[in-house]
Amino acid sequence: MVAIKDLDPVKSAPLNGGMQALPPALSVAGLTVAYGEKPAVFSVDMTLAQGTMTAIVGPNGAGKSTLLKAVLGLVKPLSGEVRLFGLPLSRARDRIAYVPQRASVDWDFPARVIDVVLMGLHRELGLLRRIRPEHIDRAHACLARVGMQDFATRQIGQLSGGQQQRVFLARALVQQADLYLLDEPFAGVDAATEKAIIAVLKELQAEGRSIVAVHHDLSTVRAYFDHLFLINTRAIAAGPVADVFTAQNLQRAYGGRLGEAQLAGGAVTG
Amino acid sequence: MIWQALTLQLGYNATLVALGATLLGIAAGVTGSFLFLRKRALVSDAVSHATLPGIGLAFIVMVALGGDGRFLPGLLLGAALSSGVGLLLIAWMMRHTRLSEDAAIGAVLSVFFGAGIVLLTVIQSMNAGRQAGLDTVLLGSTAGMLQSDALVIAAGGAVVLLLVLLLRRPMLAVGFDPDYAAVSGTNVGRIDLAMMGLVMAVTVLGITTVGLILIVALLIIPPVAARLWTDHALRMVALAGVIGGLSAYVGAAVSATAPALPTGPIIVLSSFVLFALSLTLAPARGGLALIRRQMRFRRRVHRRQGLLALAVGQTIHEPFTLALLRREGLARADGVPTDAGRAAAAKALLDEARWAALRADPAQGLTASRYDALTRIETVLTQDQIAELDRQLPKPKGVS
Repeated sequence: MVAIKDLDPVKSAPLNGGMQALPPALSVAGLTVAYGEKPAVFSVDMTLAQGTMTAIVGPNGAGKSTLLKAVLGLVKPLSGEVRLFGLPLSRARDRIAYVPQRASVDWDFPARVIDVVLMGLHRELGLLRRIRPEHIDRAHACLARVGMQDFATRQIGQLSGGQQQRVFLARALVQQADLYLLDEPFAGVDAATEKAIIAVLKELQAEGRSIVAVHHDLSTVRAYFDHLFLINTRAIAAGPVADVFTAQNLQRAYGGRLGEAQLAGGAVTG
Repeated sequence: MIWQALTLQLGYNATLVALGATLLGIAAGVTGSFLFLRKRALVSDAVSHATLPGIGLAFIVMVALGGDGRFLPGLLLGAALSSGVGLLLIAWMMRHTRLSEDAAIGAVLSVFFGAGIVLLTVIQSMNAGRQAGLDTVLLGSTAGMLQSDALVIAAGGAVVLLLVLLLRRPMLAVGFDPDYAAVSGTNVGRIDLAMMGLVMAVTVLGITTVGLILIVALLIIPPVAARLWTDHALRMVALAGVIGGLSAYVGAAVSATAPALPTGPIIVLSSFVLFALSLTLAPARGGLALIRRQMRFRRRVHRRQGLLALAVGQTIHEPFTLALLRREGLARADGVPTDAGRAAAAKALLDEARWAALRADPAQGLTASRYDALTRIETVLTQDQIAELDRQLPKPKGVS
């Protein structure tokens, strides 16, 4: 197992060929996404082994969110292939849960917190099945997990940014997925929320689930994640944080933006 | 006469027409709610105006084939076809040009309506067109409506309602968070198309009753009014149905007493009255409720500030604060606290100390983040937790 871990998983999996090799939670090959005539993501390969917790990190406009959206089928790539647990997206939807950027929706929508969490069950319920007490219980349990149990009947427009983010996480939790994909989960949230979210994510990982998050705060990469994917339109470096989170790699990802690169370099040596 | 109309005592035909209109109004309010929540309310305006050339062409074709140009199912089919073309054009323009949705809507709406008016003028000059009275499709009229027409409208409204009920979950999900809905496997494009199809169905059904110029009001005003009453999506949808149904019913009944009045404007005015009432009176988001909430919040802030000032022996300069504390018997006119005021002030100070202790405890981060200087700590912690917190407090001043 150690030998496999040290190898690049995407190469090792087919070579290994045996039953014990789990398909990667996410594998991306040759992915290119363009807006208009400008590639936002160019020819990116990425492989995330199951049970890992990966940060996608890069400067603004580096294609982090675009990469995630292409993986989720929300933007159409020009080329490339995406597989989740070895399956195409259409057959893997039951195993993934998405936490979009908080700012991507209108929080004045007429809904209570519990209604939003219950939307996480829409796929399971389909058009016709009724919402039963056990579904409500599940939604409440997920709210409790993110510390929002007292807010179930609160109108979502009355929540703070951090509370909104935790509701979004609860909506994903109720899906009981194997891979959680989060877009900037810590953007604009209070410190307490950030701690609560990371605690939940680590619990999920301890349960054997996989997590990948677009992340922008270099100072917390080490503490929060075990794998790192550095991107700036092209893939810069990928692998365990200890190997990839180096001043040299960050310099390559962030280019001349020395301020941030130096901060990160400090984090590496310190 | 109006009372008789409202209580359905004007005979079988008028009753049938009123019930058909009511069902149409319910369907319009309910369908329009989802459109409103998807923030695409204006599309309905394009849909309705784009029906006109289809109506004109259908009339001409039916007359040319030797039939009755006013045969309703034929007119409705023509209306549906041309508004469908209009919708496709809007979608095409948004995808293949850099026009935004509102510009595409404006272009389609005006061109189709213009073409329709030209066709109506042509029809007026035709022999069969003389007594056609096709201009009732502009503003609606229930006068002279056939029983079969009323039944078509009622049945169509019922079918629309059933389909909306079936699609309510995906339509809400797409309205709130289309990306999330797409990732969980909802075909957003298809749901949007279905929603537009339902809007088109309501529009086409409503042409004879409300008229195509004003049907948009019956799709938009009821949801907007209902939104003022509730923060719960499905309750809003149901209430919009009630408001739409009531408006259409009143409109149809009134115009049964005065056949010269166009039905559409009366229906729209009825719904506007309900909207105006909602805007002022609704307890959730109405104007009066908003003012009352703002005043209550202002009083809470001043009361809290005043008590904290009293607690540390500061003088209160703010006249509003002083008047507030006096009215509640917490302070005298000269700003000296009464006994009750002293107790309340001490309690306020203790609360602040408790909050401060809570916020200093890193393990309590999530609870402490609910501090806003006004929330009472009892609403966040249990009595046991407060007692536990009090043990950590330094001996507070002024409280025994």
